Amino acid sequence: MKTIVIAGVGGQGVLTASDLLSDVLLDAGFNVKKSEVHGMSQRGGDVIATIKYGEEVFSPLPAMKNADYILAFEKLEGLRNINFLKDNGAMIVNDFVWEPLPVASGAVEYPDDIEENLKNYSSDLTLIPATDIATGLGNIRTTNVVLIGVLASKMDIDKDIWINVVKRKVPPKSVELNISAFEKGFTFNM
Amino acid sequence: MKRELLSGNEAIARGAYEAGITFASAYPGTPSTEILENVVKYKEDIQCQWGSNEKTAFEEAMGATFTGARSLVAMKHVGLNVAADPLFSSSYLGADGGFIIVSADDPGMHSSQNEQDNRNYAIAAKIPVLEPSDSQEAKDFVIEGIKISEKFNTPVMLRSSTRVSHSRSAVEIGERETPPEIHYEKDFQKTMLLPVIARKKHIIVEKRQKKIKEFSDTFKYNSIIEGKSRIGVIASGIAFQNGREVFKDDWFLKVAMPYPFPEKLYKEFADKVDKIYILEENDPIMENFARLITPDKEIIGKDLFPLTGEMTEDVILSKLGKKNLTPDFDINSIPKRPPSLCPGCPHTATFHNLNLQKVTVTGDIGCYTLGGLPPLNAMDTTIDMGASITAMLGMEKAMAKAGKKLKQAAVIGDSTFFHSGITGLLDLIYNDSRGTVIILDNSITAMTGHQDNPGTGKTLMGEDAPVVDILKLVKDGLGIEHSFEIDGYDVKGIRTLLREELKRDSLSVIVVKRVCALLFKKPNWSPTIVDPEKCIKCNLCLKLGCPAITSKNDKAFIVSSLCTGCSVCIQVCPHDAMHHSDEDGVHIKDTSLADVFKGGK
Repeated sequence: MKTIVIAGVGGQGVLTASDLLSDVLLDAGFNVKKSEVHGMSQRGGDVIATIKYGEEVFSPLPAMKNADYILAFEKLEGLRNINFLKDNGAMIVNDFVWEPLPVASGAVEYPDDIEENLKNYSSDLTLIPATDIATGLGNIRTTNVVLIGVLASKMDIDKDIWINVVKRKVPPKSVELNISAFEKGFTFNM
Repeated sequence: MKRELLSGNEAIARGAYEAGITFASAYPGTPSTEILENVVKYKEDIQCQWGSNEKTAFEEAMGATFTGARSLVAMKHVGLNVAADPLFSSSYLGADGGFIIVSADDPGMHSSQNEQDNRNYAIAAKIPVLEPSDSQEAKDFVIEGIKISEKFNTPVMLRSSTRVSHSRSAVEIGERETPPEIHYEKDFQKTMLLPVIARKKHIIVEKRQKKIKEFSDTFKYNSIIEGKSRIGVIASGIAFQNGREVFKDDWFLKVAMPYPFPEKLYKEFADKVDKIYILEENDPIMENFARLITPDKEIIGKDLFPLTGEMTEDVILSKLGKKNLTPDFDINSIPKRPPSLCPGCPHTATFHNLNLQKVTVTGDIGCYTLGGLPPLNAMDTTIDMGASITAMLGMEKAMAKAGKKLKQAAVIGDSTFFHSGITGLLDLIYNDSRGTVIILDNSITAMTGHQDNPGTGKTLMGEDAPVVDILKLVKDGLGIEHSFEIDGYDVKGIRTLLREELKRDSLSVIVVKRVCALLFKKPNWSPTIVDPEKCIKCNLCLKLGCPAITSKNDKAFIVSSLCTGCSVCIQVCPHDAMHHSDEDGVHIKDTSLADVFKGGK
């Protein structure tokens, strides 16, 4: 059984990405369980979704040092969830800063050593400017698909399955755009 | 058979459909809200509706059972406190058509003011309770619950939890059962809870509970899972799934019906093992039964595992001494990301003014509870739904008795006002109370994800409904002379009105009206911009707590992708440093409720 944690800020599309990912895993023939956070934290708070998959899955919840993959939509949120990562787990982080309110209002500073800490606590780190890549492609909303592309390149699941799910899940007129976004992520580490 | 990945709440809705339920009602509340939002997909077959509160929703479902209709009512755990009165009556009245009461508990308090264990209510009201551990069971237990309800003439509680309601797992999709025929015949002895009748009913209830206890021993979802050791684990709900990750070789008593507890099955299980661990979230319900039945058995329950929070894999492992939960990286060393009012939130200006005017604010439950957090800091109390108004009265009168006085306001949202604010306001009128009641009317139940309510003009089933006008209700209906309506983006107007009304020595009501900024679909907002030449970094705009406002190069800076052009910061800035940009699009302040409907709500 394996665990994927997706972390970000409410409104960034964490739940949408986790839906897409669970469809991929189902199509690949796994049993899948997923947990989400709803309610108050969606108002700009930190959000995580956890997907567990394998032959048999019991708990849908993450455990410390148990995640095989962490996909973070924002740098600080990557660091906030780093303790879930397995010793040899893969960490994929969007090189993007979204200041939380205490930082924006000047109460505290946004840490300047996030990258250093991410490197210290994960042996397999991909830091990718996914938001910039998505903006360059013409739609910032494809950020999550760029990140999913990176994840796909690290997982042992047939690429066609990913492509088919992306095609199925996104609106028809943005299929091409999303496939490009996926490819950008998929080839980032190559 | 078709299998789908469903959330627990979607599965409960599917269960309602397959069980032949024809009436469903609820008041929204996390983590229960999506149940009715999904039941309504079957509105051709099921009458669905939001109640004004959990009590009204409960009673409406009870009424439906009198006609033989299979019914379901759903709410969050604290909602059952509001509906506790009809809950206890429903136990005596029984259920002609099957009746499911869904209580979605919130261990860990992800989105609640407490973490009460509502299985206690089932015991107190003497009705059976079912606890699903995944989405398949969530669906199955609605169907089984209806069978139990009709077989034993009792309401059945389904206790979900945040993790069951909001996790997704595979569910087999089945066919809908044909609902029973709807009929009604007057039967005084059956439906009138007069003392003379209720005394007889209580005897029937006690007999019924004995029969259900026997049934619990044979209920197929209460089951023993064989292990390879002499250690046994009793578990229910999500704690069962979490426990399976930990106790891999041990025996399990999987309990689907913790009350009435399956005594014989438990004894059979206890004989197979030397030592028993009990995994249940919050209170020791099963544990207390087990200890009574086998006082000499080695049982480990709440003496080891916590009464508070969730029973996760990590919690179980750490309590067993098998995992050190001290993290490698200390996340308390990095900035937190608390939830906040959204950019363009029509509540911000009101809280900004309340903060400036140093008012004692009794608060309520909704998005606007976030107005109590820094930097707005404009709320003193939160108790429960509707308590802003009534707590203000209590504070005022207690102070007055001692010859003292506070500058007081109560803040409540539109849906919460309909839920249980109106009755409190009656108390204020009746008891000649003073203070200012501020009703933040954003024309939607926002916090739980935009559900309609008596003020929105739509029903859950998408039909048009009359719009209750709050100003008319308080001014013309209740006769509160000093009642006003003002735009939520009018910073100065709110300031002037507040200053006047807070001085007044009688009751007043201010309805702050402006539609929730998130109701607009695919908005194209033209943002506000900062003139860095004029900004002197006085930080007043940052005190609004708007997520779109930050600072850059020691000047205020607006993140244009987040900004809606609400103009609140423009009005707050004393140095005229902020103004609307000329970018294409619309300023949200220039919109109206009608624009929301144009885009399709």
